[in-house]
Amino acid sequence: MTHSTGIDPNLPQVQASAKPRPKTLQERIDEFPWWVGGIFVIAIGAFYLVTTQTSFGEALNFIRIGIGITITTTLYAYSIALVIGLVAGLGRISRNVVVRNLSTLYVELVRGIPILVLIFYIALVAVPDSLGVFKTLGAWLTSNGLGFIGQPLAAINNDSISLNVRAIIALSVTYGAFLAEIFRAGIQSIGKGQMEAARSLGMSYGQAMRYVILPQAIRNVLPALGNDFVAMVKDSSLVSVLAVRDITQVARLYAGRTFRFREAYTILAILYLGMTLILSLVVRVLERRLHGNSRK
Amino acid sequence: MAIAASKNIIEIRNLHKYFGDVQALRGVNLTVERGKVVVIVGPSGSGKSTLLRCINHLEVETEGEVWVDGKRLSEKNKDINSIRAEIGMVFQLFNLFPHLSVLDNIVLAQRVVRGRKKDEAVQIAHEQLKRVGISEKADNFPGQLSGGQQQRVAIARALAMNPKIMLFDEPTSALDPEMIKEVLDVMLALAKDGMTMVCVTHEMGFARAAADEVIFMDHGLIVEKGSPDAVFNHPQEERTKLFLSQILSH
Ligand SMILES: Nc1ncnc2c1ncn2[C@@H]1O[C@H](COP(=O)(O)OP(=O)(O)OP(=O)(O)O)[C@@H](O)[C@H]1O
Ligand SMILES: [Mg+2]
Repeated sequence: MTHSTGIDPNLPQVQASAKPRPKTLQERIDEFPWWVGGIFVIAIGAFYLVTTQTSFGEALNFIRIGIGITITTTLYAYSIALVIGLVAGLGRISRNVVVRNLSTLYVELVRGIPILVLIFYIALVAVPDSLGVFKTLGAWLTSNGLGFIGQPLAAINNDSISLNVRAIIALSVTYGAFLAEIFRAGIQSIGKGQMEAARSLGMSYGQAMRYVILPQAIRNVLPALGNDFVAMVKDSSLVSVLAVRDITQVARLYAGRTFRFREAYTILAILYLGMTLILSLVVRVLERRLHGNSRK
Repeated sequence: MAIAASKNIIEIRNLHKYFGDVQALRGVNLTVERGKVVVIVGPSGSGKSTLLRCINHLEVETEGEVWVDGKRLSEKNKDINSIRAEIGMVFQLFNLFPHLSVLDNIVLAQRVVRGRKKDEAVQIAHEQLKRVGISEKADNFPGQLSGGQQQRVAIARALAMNPKIMLFDEPTSALDPEMIKEVLDVMLALAKDGMTMVCVTHEMGFARAAADEVIFMDHGLIVEKGSPDAVFNHPQEERTKLFLSQILSH
């Protein structure tokens, strides 16, 4: 916590009132965000391509179909990852040895394996294997006279969990570990005095977390959470390896069928760029609004 | 449980506290009677904060016993939250919740710990704010207040729980000189109202005016104790004399 030193509001504020010296031309040239201009040029170029070149227009029309899957996959996976991340992040700082070590193990495992490999592994090995466990459990329950739970459990088979769902599970589990580290860092960034003050008032650990620590921690990590959301939009392209029809998969299909690689992948790249730029902008606006509201 | 629960609200017996190899407390015995004001003084690192924090179990004793209002504090004690609710604590750096308004700072624990209804908690919060003299700041955020005002809010927050004991850990040492008095005045009024208080502070004026007992600590032990007059004007121990000469020469 930053405690106020009681600055007299009537005192002249030196930094605020000092007039900035006018910038030189060289400084203006150095500081101008030229890259935004570059993005602008790309946008205009893309617009020109799809409106004047029919092959690009066709590619866009086809690949567009995947946008829905890309967005829903990301939204579902990110929401689940938020829950996993919060739980695992709290687990990482738990005083319970078992919980703490299990959470750390999860985070370290995920961080040590490439996302692509994790997606294959979770979707094609971990999910089918856990289905086997359900099946056995279901059969056991049924044979013990609990058929009303056992039968539906045993009925779940490989086909009843689509690759789309598995892709979401895989992304959630992967990003859950990333978000866990963000939450952990956020919680640890809150001064120890906050927990002590809450506990000294008689709050339990859980109450102190919920009402005092987490609201501050989450506010601190919102930018990082936003960044990871944008990152997940991009990483969602990896689920195309599971034949999930996101824009990457649809673009691959299109390119394979028409041999118009230039068109397919140009459109694909521009679609991702568009989504991530818009999202980054949204994140930035939210962040600014948050800072404007925060009364320090 | 042969504790005279009616008279001594705090009983500390043979309290030892280690932080790794560092021995912060080396066998402290202390009893505080209901309604009394105890002031603890001593050099930096002598264990004053540790002793205070053992009274509400923010630090867990390595050895010895701490009894508060007839209940023994221990790690297994499931009631620790309800015991803590009876002990208000005021910190050097205030530790207000910066994301909550002044009013909500005072309302929060009343609701989640005491289970009070919103209206009741808000009303009590306003009463306590009035008591510490900053009613007009209820809707501000802590960051908008001066240090002295923040500390008074922290006191109001603790008082709103209707504690039986108030602990103060150097409540004025992070304040600019001109704000110290406003906080000490609140503490003095509290002492006059009969609150049991244990205060770590080097404000001699406060100690003389309010303390029933002054305790001098050094190296994890209580070296000397007595009335403010006895400890400040007629210290018996060399270490006490040395310490007093140092803080008085400032
Ligand atoms: N959390 C901790 N971890 C390790 N050592 C600690 C911890 N808290 C206190 N100590 C040590 O215990 C001893 C007593 O500390 P304590 O804070 O109780 O002293 P104090 O009398 O309050 O000093 P001050 O006047 O500086 O606040 C010191 O040597 C200190 O370094
Ligand atoms: Mg201290």
